[in-house]
Amino acid sequence: MTVEVYKFTCIICPLSCDIEVKVENGEIKEIKGYTCPRGKEWAIEEITNPKRVVMSVIKVKNGNMPTVSVKTDKPIPKTKIPELMKLLAEIEVEAPIKVGQIILENPLGLDTKIVATREVEKA
Amino acid sequence: MNSTMLQYDVVVIGGGPAGLAAAVKAREYGLNVLLLDENDYLGGILPQCIHPGFGIHYFREELTGPEFSHRFVQRVKDLKIDYFVKARVLEIKNYSDLEKIVVFTSPEGAFEVWTKAIIYATGARERHAFEIGIVGDRVAGIYTAGEAQTLMDIYGVMPGKEVVIVGSGDVGLIMARRFALEGAKVKAVIELMPYPGGLARNVMILRDFNIPLYLSHKVVEVRGKKRVEKVKVVKVDENLREIPGTEFWIECDTIIISAGLIPQVKLLTDIGVEIDPATGGPVVNDLLETTVPGIFVAGNSLLINDLVDYVAEQGELAAYGAKLFIENGGIPAEKWIKLEKGNNIRLAVPHYLSGKRDVYIYVRVKKPMENVVLNFPEIDKKIRLPVVRPAEMLRIRLRKEEIAKAKDKITIEVIQQ
Repeated sequence: MTVEVYKFTCIICPLSCDIEVKVENGEIKEIKGYTCPRGKEWAIEEITNPKRVVMSVIKVKNGNMPTVSVKTDKPIPKTKIPELMKLLAEIEVEAPIKVGQIILENPLGLDTKIVATREVEKA
Repeated sequence: MNSTMLQYDVVVIGGGPAGLAAAVKAREYGLNVLLLDENDYLGGILPQCIHPGFGIHYFREELTGPEFSHRFVQRVKDLKIDYFVKARVLEIKNYSDLEKIVVFTSPEGAFEVWTKAIIYATGARERHAFEIGIVGDRVAGIYTAGEAQTLMDIYGVMPGKEVVIVGSGDVGLIMARRFALEGAKVKAVIELMPYPGGLARNVMILRDFNIPLYLSHKVVEVRGKKRVEKVKVVKVDENLREIPGTEFWIECDTIIISAGLIPQVKLLTDIGVEIDPATGGPVVNDLLETTVPGIFVAGNSLLINDLVDYVAEQGELAAYGAKLFIENGGIPAEKWIKLEKGNNIRLAVPHYLSGKRDVYIYVRVKKPMENVVLNFPEIDKKIRLPVVRPAEMLRIRLRKEEIAKAKDKITIEVIQQ
């Protein structure tokens, strides 16, 4: 029987709970240290399928700023991050851009949207 | 100098989160507000902080820095608050409690503003390489974390490919992630103290990208011809003294200095505002008023904060202070109760409490401790905490009834449970 204990700090909110997860034969046996259901859910996901919100900037043509900041509207699997970053580095958008504007829908077949987080006016 | 004369109830200096929140709140109180910022755009440092984690307390949702600032900038525009960007404040003059002058220049010209109150929210500056004792060649490739962030996240320029980060504070860790995401190799994060300097959720970034963290180490030397080629790292003992024989070199083309922030208080010290050496910011009362009546301070120029939510909260409190000050011609309190620092307390703000209002106190400890009690002996208050860390600022609410129990001081101390 293999028993593994994972210790990590919850990143769901600034409380930063120290969570401990005991895994026996690939099965989660015990979770300690979380103070809310979101933390517990996150800890399980962190073991089985870690996900992150990804942020970057995209080049802007004819804008009052040279780039617009973007984020994924949902966390995506950690393993897909490098591929997504490459894609974001290649594209360019035209000003003006509003906060919340969707830049890409379901890139790489990922169930997420690339959303602008900064306003860029026309230069 | 030919200058245009303006007149306002309140001048807010600094258009970051503290200044924006202060300007919005002061306007909502019906005051005539002028907001000044030296940058090209409002928002302070936030438009370049593209990572999530902002606004969890204030807006009850998780935003990125640009989104957080956008909401406030939108309020400034909706409320038709007068503002100048590219405005450089040269001087504050304090004629009397309700007569102050702010002198500034902007592309529109030179201005003098008569005002009754000032809210000072100029933020902080970054500590640079020379301040932390790094010697060697003065070559290209040495940046502060904030400079690297501006380059990458405003201008879309990569500062380097092989990076060593000096300091494990939040900005340094966040930039470690940014570099790693953009395909650079982050070779090490070097931390002087025996524990990481950033919030726990940011320390996790290192695990995400397999970035080595060297605790109790420092970078002492940079070598390179035109650009950084390598840095010399050395281990330090518990007194932070270098241990001979432990030196090693790391090859890299870029070093990022993330060695802490220092409140910008130049204009305040010019007019004699008292500074607390522990925070680097001014000594304030429970409305964030400095030792010069009618001048209030909020955000990172008051003390270095971890969370923008607290910065905005301080801005709003300063605006409330300015409103009371203008209405009453001063902030009345028959006696001020001093907040004293006891065992393992590095800083505590505000410094003086009136007992007339509830107050949030912001506290930082000197060293990490587990299973502790935050003790306020004079008012019989105890708060149990599983852990305290220097990197995580504590924010504690004291009710006015509790404060009023004290005669002349309230000590705050950390004791082992």
